[in-house]
Amino acid sequence: MAVIEVDRLHKVYGTKVAVDDVSFTVDEGEIFGILGPNGAGKTTTAECISGLRRPDGGTVRVLGRDPIRDRAETTTTVGVQLQHSELQPNLRVREALELFSSFYPRPADWRELVDVLGLEGQLGARFAKLSGGQQQRLSIALALIGNPKIAILDELTTGLDPVARRDTWDLIDGIRDRGVTILLITHFMAEAEHLCDRVAVIDAGRVAALDSPAALTAELDIKQRIRFVPSEPVDESDLLALPNVDSVNRHGDEFLVIGSSEALSEVTALLAKQSIIAHRLRVEQPSLDDAFIAITEGAEARNAKGRDDR
Amino acid sequence: MTTPATFPLHRRHPFWKLARIEAVLLGRTPQAVIWMAVLPIAAIIVLSSLHGTTVPNQAFGGLSALDVYLPIIMVFSLVMSAIVSLPGVLTTYREKGILRRFATTPVPRSYVLGAQAVIYLGIGVAVDVILFVIAIASGAEVPGDIGGFILSLLLVALVTLGIGLLVTALAPSARVAQAIGGVLLFPLMFFAGLWVPRSTMSPALRTISDYSPLGAGVRAVQASIGGQWPAAAALLVMVGYTIVCGAIAVRMFRWE
Repeated sequence: MAVIEVDRLHKVYGTKVAVDDVSFTVDEGEIFGILGPNGAGKTTTAECISGLRRPDGGTVRVLGRDPIRDRAETTTTVGVQLQHSELQPNLRVREALELFSSFYPRPADWRELVDVLGLEGQLGARFAKLSGGQQQRLSIALALIGNPKIAILDELTTGLDPVARRDTWDLIDGIRDRGVTILLITHFMAEAEHLCDRVAVIDAGRVAALDSPAALTAELDIKQRIRFVPSEPVDESDLLALPNVDSVNRHGDEFLVIGSSEALSEVTALLAKQSIIAHRLRVEQPSLDDAFIAITEGAEARNAKGRDDR
Repeated sequence: MTTPATFPLHRRHPFWKLARIEAVLLGRTPQAVIWMAVLPIAAIIVLSSLHGTTVPNQAFGGLSALDVYLPIIMVFSLVMSAIVSLPGVLTTYREKGILRRFATTPVPRSYVLGAQAVIYLGIGVAVDVILFVIAIASGAEVPGDIGGFILSLLLVALVTLGIGLLVTALAPSARVAQAIGGVLLFPLMFFAGLWVPRSTMSPALRTISDYSPLGAGVRAVQASIGGQWPAAAALLVMVGYTIVCGAIAVRMFRWE
């Protein structure tokens, strides 16, 4: 069941088109990622879904409702963590939690959230005295304090150190297990790869690709890089003769074979036939990073072509 | 899917929760407290303790210095809270995205502004009550028309709130809001008679004062101390400024 439906969303600021044409649906219980370079229209899309902005075209439905017209209902069921949004510098963590829970008809127990988010030691601390990671965790706690059905998290881990980032990811997994649908806006590929069931890659206000992270990387025929040190000398021309191998390089004892997704099985089969063992075998899989660059560059090339055609 | 625990304990209306938090935050801002409360109260204590300030003086048209300055200092305390402090706080909230953060919750937007207005006006009025008690205890004249006195001060409170919200709506940033508040303070307080009491103003100057929001305010308060019902013109000037400023503020207000 779709809990968020975005259909041909269009949003303009003055003369600048922030979102050109974006459509997607998010199913209940999913972690759905919106990926894209800076200025691609990710945040504007999220703001239209949160009911903070009125679309100039297209429709947005959240749990079947118009987030602007049914603001009361939407704000009750959707928790939002905004990018660049602070709290009063002198507000203590406990006061913020109590204040925000008073806004909702059925708030979560904030003590439990504090426990899950590891903020017990900071309850008496003022917002301005918290570290970036602690502020971020408080922000997540406030997004979840109303027991939302949907959580929209914008640039969740920006500015966090790697350990805090990992902890936050574990936390998001835990939130999903409570049955909360999560819309995650990020420009970190690793984050999307780790957390998201599906991602929409938005570029220049349009959806450039939409699929699971694994499918996005598989769909694009991105080359694999295979490194190994053979136990016996190998004839480079034998390797090059394999149908899916594009190039072979040698650095001392180490071979670097570049080829398409079937190259690995061909190389290992060849080595096995010659009774050669591949030591220190490493395969660098194409990552979502590679896929993202390929998708956004492809979109740019198409746009450039479109301009030339006109 | 587990049902998350709900937590319905100690429910308080979100408006009062917001107002209480804002009052606590104000208490943690010493500069604001000094300007809004400590300074006017110190001024009235000094004035009351000086020799001869409770004696009628021909220079003030037969009133004592304390009688002349009590309304001015009461008006000053409202200006400091509603025109200087309140816009600074609200524009900072806008700049830091705090107003936007509230906008993603079910709390009505009017609560966020209303709670601030109630707290800042409340402080201004509370300080005025303290000023009044100190002055009366020191021998200032008890207002002859207490009803007119209270009405006049309430209208001063409303007109300062209107001007404060207008500054909040128009200022592009917190720094500009503070600058505007600081600059507005001088003409507003000048025509209220802070430097040249209204009784010693030239007729032309006093006419301008009559039509300035706080000049009208001091005129109304002073009349009621003297036992007269305040002039309708003075009350209407304040109502007019309140409506005009308030209407523009509502129309121009930005949440981000």
